[in-house]
Amino acid sequence: MLHIVACIKQVPDSREIRIDPKTNTLIRQGVPAIVNFYDLHGLEEALRIKDEYGARVTVVTMGPPSADKALKLCVSMGADEGVLISDRAFAGADTLATSYVVALAVEKAAQEWGPVDIVFCGKQTLDGDTGQVGPGVACRLDYDQLTYVEKVEHLDEAKKEIIVHRHLEDGVERVKAKLPVLITALAELNKPRRAGLPGVLKAGRYQPVVWTTNDFPDIDRSKIGLKGSPTIVGKTWVPEPKKVETQMLTAESTAVLAEQLIDSLYATELPAKLGWA
Amino acid sequence: MAEEKKKPAVGLQPEGEVDWSDYQGILVVVEQREGSAKKVSWQLLGESKRMADKLNAPLMAMVIGHGVEEVAKEAIYYGADKVFICDSPELKDYRTRPYSKVCLHVIREFKPEIVLFGATYTGRDLAGAIATHLPTGLTADCTQLDVNEERLLMASRPAFSEKMLATILCKQFKPQMATARSGVFQSLPRDDSRVGEIIRIEPQMDEQEIATEVLEFVESTHGINLEDAEVIVSGGRGLGGPAGFKILQELANALGGVVGASRPAFEAGWITHDHQVGQTGSTVHPKLYIACGISGAIQHTIGMQSSDYIIAINKDPEAPIFKIANYGIVGDLFEIVPALTKAALAKKGKQAAVASAVTNG
Repeated sequence: MLHIVACIKQVPDSREIRIDPKTNTLIRQGVPAIVNFYDLHGLEEALRIKDEYGARVTVVTMGPPSADKALKLCVSMGADEGVLISDRAFAGADTLATSYVVALAVEKAAQEWGPVDIVFCGKQTLDGDTGQVGPGVACRLDYDQLTYVEKVEHLDEAKKEIIVHRHLEDGVERVKAKLPVLITALAELNKPRRAGLPGVLKAGRYQPVVWTTNDFPDIDRSKIGLKGSPTIVGKTWVPEPKKVETQMLTAESTAVLAEQLIDSLYATELPAKLGWA
Repeated sequence: MAEEKKKPAVGLQPEGEVDWSDYQGILVVVEQREGSAKKVSWQLLGESKRMADKLNAPLMAMVIGHGVEEVAKEAIYYGADKVFICDSPELKDYRTRPYSKVCLHVIREFKPEIVLFGATYTGRDLAGAIATHLPTGLTADCTQLDVNEERLLMASRPAFSEKMLATILCKQFKPQMATARSGVFQSLPRDDSRVGEIIRIEPQMDEQEIATEVLEFVESTHGINLEDAEVIVSGGRGLGGPAGFKILQELANALGGVVGASRPAFEAGWITHDHQVGQTGSTVHPKLYIACGISGAIQHTIGMQSSDYIIAINKDPEAPIFKIANYGIVGDLFEIVPALTKAALAKKGKQAAVASAVTNG
């Protein structure tokens, strides 16, 4: 049977993060935690493969103990197992240190539940926005990476082959690869399912598997957490909000209004820059 | 502008004593398809030239593909002092393994202190693989780049839904790597009298060793490339259905632009996701952005607020989109947008007539 690992991350809903007007810093308290949007598309694709071919779906996340909620959501949707990699020693990891631990977890999942055929990640997270962990995990596992996938066209279980559509700025690329592969998911890939009642009931009772540094006897402690991260945050600042003087246009008729606006645009540098003139 | 407390400058340490002083200069990895380079590559060369001068170090470019001799020459015209070229049939299409092996070879052999990529799908795919192999630090999606007196790359990028900016440093490893956004930096004027050195690099993998195969590339038929667009006419919930996008397309055509959308319009199924601007879509910075029937929720505005000029058309005078707009019109977009199309075409016609009268007169 196929074994698919879906990597997810619980992230603060960054849309809810506000700036404290007094200190000009982020207010992170009370911001709801959600499962990273793109990761759910990766999980959904894993579940679709499970529905069609039969597969074991393991969900892996690294985070604080409260991230067990995210795993329960995944189990309610149909994942077989949820693994929480949680240890204070992992805190402060950048993408390089994160990919090291996630790759170790995928290897351990393979030992526990059988060789892994496909790893799904979201194309990027909403909080970090880097898209670097997926390629990092693929490199460390020595899997071929198929990033920015919008469609899984074909999966041949016997030949261990997969054909996917990768979305690029200027078109779509059809790529054939040999399993195991790591796929990063776009929103176009599918529409994540809502959990049914049996799933919700199962998830209610479900206790995720928890792995700490002690569960990885060969872990290189110099490569994890803040200590294992080559990048550091130098400074952060809130950019001055763009000051705009909005000119509200009104006129006796729509036609005059439209002419007014176009004339205003022609009074700027836009026509020269855009080649209208 | 308040700075948050600085974190202690500790991070991953290289094993043993490493002397990084051999690492000199900036390498820009050029992205191309069918022999034509992505604009962001030349923009990065432009920005890197400024930094290389500050470092008093060479500016290098890496060109990988098949039939890419011309691209290598162009890289020199756009500012590179030295270009590494790896040209071979199996490198025709981008594939992570063979491309990353060529880059790794060049980085280890020629030791640049900074390596930059466009933050495109391909650039991010490649940079993520290379940084993990080296290993080194990689900063994604930068919008500001600079070097300080310690020769450190100060790679700044938006964080938390563009609400703040963070400068990321990589002190203990070389090269320092970053991907940077398209359309933010200025390329140098193309100068075909510039000369530079072209260095040939052997491919590092045979076709038989490469397990992935690009079966075909289907170019986007509607040619939508929001991130490079200079004019975007966007529609939201106020369009009420897919038909509204037709009048938006007409205005976009008249202004030489493309059509964008807000997330509600995509989620309602009125338009495909590649048109979506905002948090879960594209971040755009056109010269002109016209928001039609878009209320201006933060999820949308973070993706377009850096546009040079913003025009908002909305029925609701209280819509937050007006706060960031240069020009606002309260009214029915189904009347206003076609009127704008007409006015734009009429103005263009008049301008053309004046121009031809001047040249002929």
